[in-house]
Amino acid sequence: MEYIQKTLILFAHPRYEDSRVQHHLLNHIKTLPGVRIHDLYEHYPEFNIDIKYEQELLLEHDLIIWMHPFYWYSAPPILKQWIDLVLEHGWAYGKGGTALTGKNIFSCISSGGPKEAYLTEGFHGFTVHEFLRPFERTAGLCNMNYLPPFFVHGSHRITTEGLQEHGKLFHEVIRKLSQEKVNMDNLKNFDYLNDWISS
Amino acid sequence: MAEDILLSSIIFLGAAIVCVPIAKKIGLGSVLGYLIAGMLIGPFVLGFVGQEGQDIMHAAEFGVVMMLFLIGLEINPKEFWYMRRSIFGLGGIQMVLSSIIIGAICHLYYGFSHSTSLAIAFSLSMSSTAIILQTLKEKGLNKSSAGQASFSVLLFQDIMVIPILAFLPLLASEDIRNVSAEQNFISNLTPFMKTLTVLGAMASIIIFGLFIVNPLMKVIARTRLRELFTATALFLVIGVAYTMKMVGISPALGTFLAGVVLANSSFKHELETDIEPFKGLLLGLFFIGVGSSINFELIYQKPGLVLFLVLIVMTIKAGVLLIAGKVFKIKSDQNLLFAILLSQVGEFAFVLLNFSGQLQIVDPKWIELMMVVTALSMTITPILLLINERFIDPYFGTKEIVEEKEQDEIDEQHSVIIAGFGHFGSTIGRFLRANGINATILDNDSDRVEVLRKMGFEVYYGDATRVDLLRSAGAEKAKLLIAAIDSTDINHEVIQVTRKHFPNLKIMARARNRFDAYEILDLGVSNIYRETLYTSVHMAVDVLHELGIRHYTATRKAQDFIRYDEEALRKLAATRHDAKEYILTVREQIELEEKLLSEDLHQQMTERDSAWDSTPLRS
Repeated sequence: MEYIQKTLILFAHPRYEDSRVQHHLLNHIKTLPGVRIHDLYEHYPEFNIDIKYEQELLLEHDLIIWMHPFYWYSAPPILKQWIDLVLEHGWAYGKGGTALTGKNIFSCISSGGPKEAYLTEGFHGFTVHEFLRPFERTAGLCNMNYLPPFFVHGSHRITTEGLQEHGKLFHEVIRKLSQEKVNMDNLKNFDYLNDWISS
Repeated sequence: MAEDILLSSIIFLGAAIVCVPIAKKIGLGSVLGYLIAGMLIGPFVLGFVGQEGQDIMHAAEFGVVMMLFLIGLEINPKEFWYMRRSIFGLGGIQMVLSSIIIGAICHLYYGFSHSTSLAIAFSLSMSSTAIILQTLKEKGLNKSSAGQASFSVLLFQDIMVIPILAFLPLLASEDIRNVSAEQNFISNLTPFMKTLTVLGAMASIIIFGLFIVNPLMKVIARTRLRELFTATALFLVIGVAYTMKMVGISPALGTFLAGVVLANSSFKHELETDIEPFKGLLLGLFFIGVGSSINFELIYQKPGLVLFLVLIVMTIKAGVLLIAGKVFKIKSDQNLLFAILLSQVGEFAFVLLNFSGQLQIVDPKWIELMMVVTALSMTITPILLLINERFIDPYFGTKEIVEEKEQDEIDEQHSVIIAGFGHFGSTIGRFLRANGINATILDNDSDRVEVLRKMGFEVYYGDATRVDLLRSAGAEKAKLLIAAIDSTDINHEVIQVTRKHFPNLKIMARARNRFDAYEILDLGVSNIYRETLYTSVHMAVDVLHELGIRHYTATRKAQDFIRYDEEALRKLAATRHDAKEYILTVREQIELEEKLLSEDLHQQMTERDSAWDSTPLRS
């Protein structure tokens, strides 16, 4: 199978053995060609991230996905550790920091609360996009092309059918992005990447 | 005379060496291999041996006794207590129904007298412990419900042999009634005293097993002489068998009881591995004996009659077993297996028939015939089992639930084996146990074994470099072997033995120090844990902290250092490979140390670390 974008999934779940949604999503894409799943907690149980190795991995791939559950409106700590350590000044950003220029990146997140809770007038009072600003700006600072997130809301109450549906949707997103020519600017019109496939 | 013994040994062993591997290779199982070997060397085919087949069979019956001891070791008293219902229920149904049907046929169809019919019925309703248990073990069916049921029935038959032997003289005519089965210690006692003696003997086995064997074994273990251990084990089994015979209980039953009592002993594995080879050899001899005693001449004279008798006896027995199994709700595929397993006539028939002959209850011509039927039915069983396994069993819908079996196996065969339970190994064992993993532990310090067992660990006493001990600890099925023995030499030996005999078992090895690690690397193990590395680096972190360096910074440096050091270890190990011997000479050790230190100088130990460093941003 030909693929256009080599895809790297930076996966962070401190308790993957008990996860349902993330498990399901990964199961749906792990056999896709050209997709590499990099399990950060499994790789660095003591948080001593191998910076050189991570940078080489980034250079080899065109599409980067931060994949994790939504903890305190953000990512699990190892992903922040990864951002802190790997995106070095002079390499990823700042003077001479052009290593990641032009690569595509987005977040794939599962949240316990339902979609309606993430509205200005909803329970949490802010939208998902507002919560994700630090990630958006991080990508921007590194001259990367930040795409809308793929989101699975309401993971506490999700049914088996719901899991299946989201799994298939995620599979389609990754398959299309990695194997087909997609106009990236078009994608930015969608709130979620979920809507791109469903539309 | 001595030459005769040597010659017959050569014939018996030679026949076994030739036939058994071939039989196993084509899937017939070792039992059939031995039987065929016996037939070949017997008086009717090659004629290497004459009537001594019978004699050897009697001597070799001791293999059955040893086998029951080993089985007892596998069953702890609690499990045994749970089995009481199936022993008396299944066993009772089998004995009573089989005897009634066979007896009725003898009486009504062949017109034998009541006594003759009864004697034949009792004899033929016995099954062969030797064949069944050997087959179960070989096929790994010990814990299946068919296996458990078979075992219960066999145990009941064993219990019944003695009363039957006592009962047979009552069937004989007045003048020969005084021929007794065996003259023993209690024959002249009153029934009340007899019972008392039997109970006393059983109680003494239990007391002996619980309070004397363990301390005795500990003393023996301290001498560190292997052969003395074997001698003790043999002494134990033979002693129990002899005592039981004296008081008129079946020796097999007695040793089984002794096994059950010792099932919780810390020396269980040692006893097992010591008795196992003797049992195997004696059982093999026993099967050869059976094979060589088959009277082919009689078969040749009356092929129709012999065949018909074998067929009818086995059908009746299997039918009764099927009914018994149904009553006890055994699943149909297991029930069929159970029925086939026990359908033959067993070795006890030889004893009972011979005795009936002496008592003149049964006509010698018929005894000869029944003997042939017995031997033939024993030979047919493995073939029937093979047919069932290959052609019938696969079509059953109601297989026993596989998951259940798998759990049993994990429970029985732990997936981690820890060799050496000193401070290093025990820390691992405790951590694993805290996380719900029970490892099988091997240690050769008998005092420690005792203490740890009291604390609820599964620790077995034994020398972990022995292949048979590793095998009985489950090395064939386990996932990991942790080599954590204090002595580096023994630890290396365990690694070598494991790699040679269990190539699929992953080894994780404890290394004393850097040099030890080089040597273990050369043995082909890559998961090496140096006890001097992690602790000293951990301490060094605290030293840096004491000197005012932030704890997290020091910790990150330490992580880098360990990574660097492990790379350096592998690199240096590769450079010294002109050495034929893996053991490092002192000169080599110094050379390697020098290389390492100079490597350190050239290496920027912690590479450019710009993490959370904002100086470049400020400039």
